[in-house]
Amino acid sequence: MIAVLAAHGVAALLAPWLVSALGRRAFLLLALVPFGAAAWAATQTSGVTGGGTVEQVHSWVPTLGLDLAFRLDALSLLMALVAAGVGGLVLVYCSRYFGAGEAGLGRFAGVLVAFAGAMLGLVLADDLLLLYVFWELTTVLSFLLVGHAADRQGARRAAMDALMVTTFGGLAMLVGAVIVGQAAGTYRISEIVANPPGGTAVSVGVVLLLVGALSKSALVPFHFWLPGAMAAPTPVSAYLHAAAMVKAGVYLVARLAPAFADLAAWRIALLVLGCGTLLLGAARALRQHDLKLLLAYGTVSQLGLLMVLVGHGSRDVALAGIGLLLAHALYKSALFLVVGIVDRSTGTRDLRVLSGLGRARPRLAVIGGLAAASMAGVPLFAGFAAKETAFDALLHGDGVDVAVLVLIVVGVALTAAYAWRFWWGAFATKADVPDRRCAGGDLGFEAAPALLAAGGLVLGLAFSAIDPLVGRYADTVPSALPEKLHLAAWHGFGPALGLSLLALAGGAAIVLGQRRILAAARAAGDAALTGAVTTGAAATGVAVGGGGAGGPAVAAPRLRIPEARTVYVGLVRGTERVSVGAARATQSGSLPVYLMTILVVLCAAMITALILGRPWDVDVRLWDGPQQGAIALLIVAGAILTLRSRRRLKAVVLSGVVGYGVATLFALHGAPDLALTQFLVETLTLVVVVLVLRRLPTHFTGTVSGLGRRRVHLAVGIAVGTLMALLTLVVAGAREAVPVSELFAAASALAGGNNIVNVTLVDLRAWDTMGEIAVLVVAATGVTSLIFLRRRSRGAPRLSDPSSDSPVWAIPHAEALASPAAATPGSPLAVRQHPARGAGVARRAQGWLVAENTLAPERRSLLLEVVVRLIFHTILVLSVYLLWAGHDLAGGGFAGGIVAGLAFTVRYLAGGRYELGEAAPVGAGLLIGIGLVVTTGTALAGAVVGDAVLQGGSWYLDIPVLGTLKLYSSTLFDVGVYLVVVGVVLDVLRSFGSEIDRQVDEETHTPRPTVERAPASATAAPAAASAPTREERA
Amino acid sequence: MSVSAVLAVVVGVLVAGGVVLLLERSLTRVLLGAALLGNGINVMILAMGGAAGEAPIIGQGPKDEMADPIPQVMILTSIVITFAMTAFLLALAYRSWQLQGNDEVQDDVEDRLVANRRESEPEDTGADADLEAAQDAQAAVEETPSKADDAAIGREHA
Repeated sequence: MIAVLAAHGVAALLAPWLVSALGRRAFLLLALVPFGAAAWAATQTSGVTGGGTVEQVHSWVPTLGLDLAFRLDALSLLMALVAAGVGGLVLVYCSRYFGAGEAGLGRFAGVLVAFAGAMLGLVLADDLLLLYVFWELTTVLSFLLVGHAADRQGARRAAMDALMVTTFGGLAMLVGAVIVGQAAGTYRISEIVANPPGGTAVSVGVVLLLVGALSKSALVPFHFWLPGAMAAPTPVSAYLHAAAMVKAGVYLVARLAPAFADLAAWRIALLVLGCGTLLLGAARALRQHDLKLLLAYGTVSQLGLLMVLVGHGSRDVALAGIGLLLAHALYKSALFLVVGIVDRSTGTRDLRVLSGLGRARPRLAVIGGLAAASMAGVPLFAGFAAKETAFDALLHGDGVDVAVLVLIVVGVALTAAYAWRFWWGAFATKADVPDRRCAGGDLGFEAAPALLAAGGLVLGLAFSAIDPLVGRYADTVPSALPEKLHLAAWHGFGPALGLSLLALAGGAAIVLGQRRILAAARAAGDAALTGAVTTGAAATGVAVGGGGAGGPAVAAPRLRIPEARTVYVGLVRGTERVSVGAARATQSGSLPVYLMTILVVLCAAMITALILGRPWDVDVRLWDGPQQGAIALLIVAGAILTLRSRRRLKAVVLSGVVGYGVATLFALHGAPDLALTQFLVETLTLVVVVLVLRRLPTHFTGTVSGLGRRRVHLAVGIAVGTLMALLTLVVAGAREAVPVSELFAAASALAGGNNIVNVTLVDLRAWDTMGEIAVLVVAATGVTSLIFLRRRSRGAPRLSDPSSDSPVWAIPHAEALASPAAATPGSPLAVRQHPARGAGVARRAQGWLVAENTLAPERRSLLLEVVVRLIFHTILVLSVYLLWAGHDLAGGGFAGGIVAGLAFTVRYLAGGRYELGEAAPVGAGLLIGIGLVVTTGTALAGAVVGDAVLQGGSWYLDIPVLGTLKLYSSTLFDVGVYLVVVGVVLDVLRSFGSEIDRQVDEETHTPRPTVERAPASATAAPAAASAPTREERA
Repeated sequence: MSVSAVLAVVVGVLVAGGVVLLLERSLTRVLLGAALLGNGINVMILAMGGAAGEAPIIGQGPKDEMADPIPQVMILTSIVITFAMTAFLLALAYRSWQLQGNDEVQDDVEDRLVANRRESEPEDTGADADLEAAQDAQAAVEETPSKADDAAIGREHA
């Protein structure tokens, strides 16, 4: 079974390709898949009729108890034959229905085949949740099929309606499935039906399941989506809205009826809604002019009848229900396909303009006639046999059954009437209508409906052949009668036959009556017309009178129930209104307001936690030492001054003071690693921020918040701060358990390191560190992508670049300002001041001080260059030392990496971007990549060599002069971290340093923006121009 | 376990200052606010982790006097991530300045649009689906048969 379903999936995926290769003939090829499925199902017939089942179970999500459980029994077999057989025929029909060059045909073919597969899966699934999966799959695929003509608003809306209604039902059904499944202790449908659970919860669950079934099968009050869905291409209507999808609800009811049909809610819901739908649909069908809509309302009506029959809960009625289900699938899909042919060959489906088609296309008329006869219940046809069985079974029932029977007979009479209306409308020659021109017949086009219509007659005659198979399912429903009924072409003379004939006669009477009503209406219209003419009324009055007479719908009595669709639209719009209102109330779009909301919630949460946590066990001491007090004072002062500062640079430096203060606090607290890292990071942050701030206005600009708003901000800030301080005091006192730190110390010793903090980072909690470096890399990537407008992968700027000829950080007109000699070309001073004007390659590694070649002379600082040149390598060695020593002493990959990054930073500061390129002639991405490879490689090696990812190990390494080195895998991990950090720092430096330099130079050297940079420059230029004015104002 | 009151005050001031800056519109101030807030929370973790002590390095002092290493590990991670965030916010501020000439966070236009949205698709007033189908049918009736149809009919008559 799984193979059959998989075949559909593969075919669906191949379909677009096939259609583009073979055109619409591809449908013939694709039809082989459902035909194959039908053939496979047919081969199982004898076994299943004998009482056997085919089961296949694969575990899917064991934790949910969700299995790929499939089961083929009598009901599944019949449904599978219908779904696959009609599916195949519809695909064959599609090959003629669509134009050769129709747009979107490949996708359509794929979706249709996928739908056939989903439908098969639905009827074969033996797990409630799996059934739900297929159920929703058919919903989604039907959305795509109904909305095939996506450029038409009607099609889109119809598809949306169908999706909303059936998805709503589907969700209700999911809840029901979970309730029932939990109560039963299993989701396996066969087991639930064998041992149905009971109780109020189960009743609720079953009702929810019914909601799903009713919405799918378009019963009142969900019926409105089905006529709307007639916007779909006709083959889709024939398949989904006659044979397959709408039968899913009937199938579910039939599947669960043996277990739950005795529930009161079940009976009431199905009998009342089913009978109501039967009559409402049939009455509406009689008023339609569009043949397709007529059939759609007819389908609604028949689905109501089917629900009554299969949900009735007694064996013989269920037998009749399944028989009618088969008959309906055959005749209704045949009729839809006939309408498709009529539509294609005459260009209309309106029965008011169709005339003479029966003479022009006799073969088509016969096909339509056969199918309509089966629908009307003419003896010997399948529809007749099924309905008569139903009459027979209900005649033997109680009072309720007889009442239901009366309603059904009325419904069947109406059905016969609209069956005639259909055939008459499509094929009859009408006296007052000119013959409609019509294209010639096409046997290939008519083959599928012909087979289906003839199938109705064959099935009717040979019903007794499949009676054992249908009976195999019906026997699972309890029987009230001692003697079993059988499906057969002829049940003999009896009350049931009488009822059948009565229904037919009733149908004829309705047809004649409607004619008379029509005639009366026309007479009335004529009278109105004459009256209007004689009284000389306005022409508009004539039109209104004529229009009213033209439509028999006006004459027919209207039901005064609120339109289901109106209610539905009201619900949808109400929901939309509420959501827009909620968005309007909560989403102001202002970041401060959002943040404040979060913070206020945070305060409320903290207050709640503090109140619930009473009594507090607060044990406060003043300080850990007077140094702590002094540093705290510094921090507080720094924070307050940062807050008050109106200058960017001042604020940044003050916040740096806070950072250094906190680092000192760490040092005092006995956390050398933290102090070291914080000092380094703070320094790097300062440099980086200043690099960016040189481009921004010196003062904070823009809208200054009003005093009131600032007070609110201050109040929120003080509240959060106070609560945090309080929380600090309370939480420390609330500690109950013994700290786990003891264990970490022991584990650290085991891992071969003395620095517990570092060992924890690279060994015990290395997973966290991997996440952390991932964050670093992501942030660095974000920075580069924001700063490098074109591409980041450009290598570092090197001296060999042609553009390195232009001086870096040049002050415009500096040469002119300098001594007159400098301005004279060719003078020795000028040459010495600006040796950069030479061939780039030749200058490489020429001087010891590289800035000689790269910086604008007025920007050079000899002292800085010399010092940097002297200490650069020393700093690098220090960084490696920190990395290596980190295992036992303060240090580690992070600290080492940042120290190395600072070494490059000072090279950049001393010599500009080309100096940086020369100092680190590798791409930052390369370093980050190698670092990530090393860390993940170490982690994975632990899994390969040892038992788990990140498992550690150690090796002894004999180094000649130095002695033996014990190498831990965690050290290797730390090397990876080191490389990542160096790469990230380089990346940040190149973005905020080199790239911004380049952008500045580009702006000063090219007054008019180049085309490539147009968007950024165009906006940046006015900003740059306005920046000085702001500074002056300040 | 006793807590240093001084540290608690530092936490309070840093968090309060951080929050006030965070509520501003200038991205530079937001960035400084995030930095202050980060420092404040780090000190909070430190303060809650216990009293000051010796460095948590085995062999450098008596075990009992060692400071708790776990908060330190958490803070170390937090320091590095704060740096990453600072760098990213800086890039945002710079880009915002490049594009708009300032580094201010504007109100979210999308949110405003949602709030000002009127009822969607006024024509979707629940007109009966039948109506449209009927109109389609009517349109089909009124369309004149194409030349291809004529040719097909002609063939059949012949």
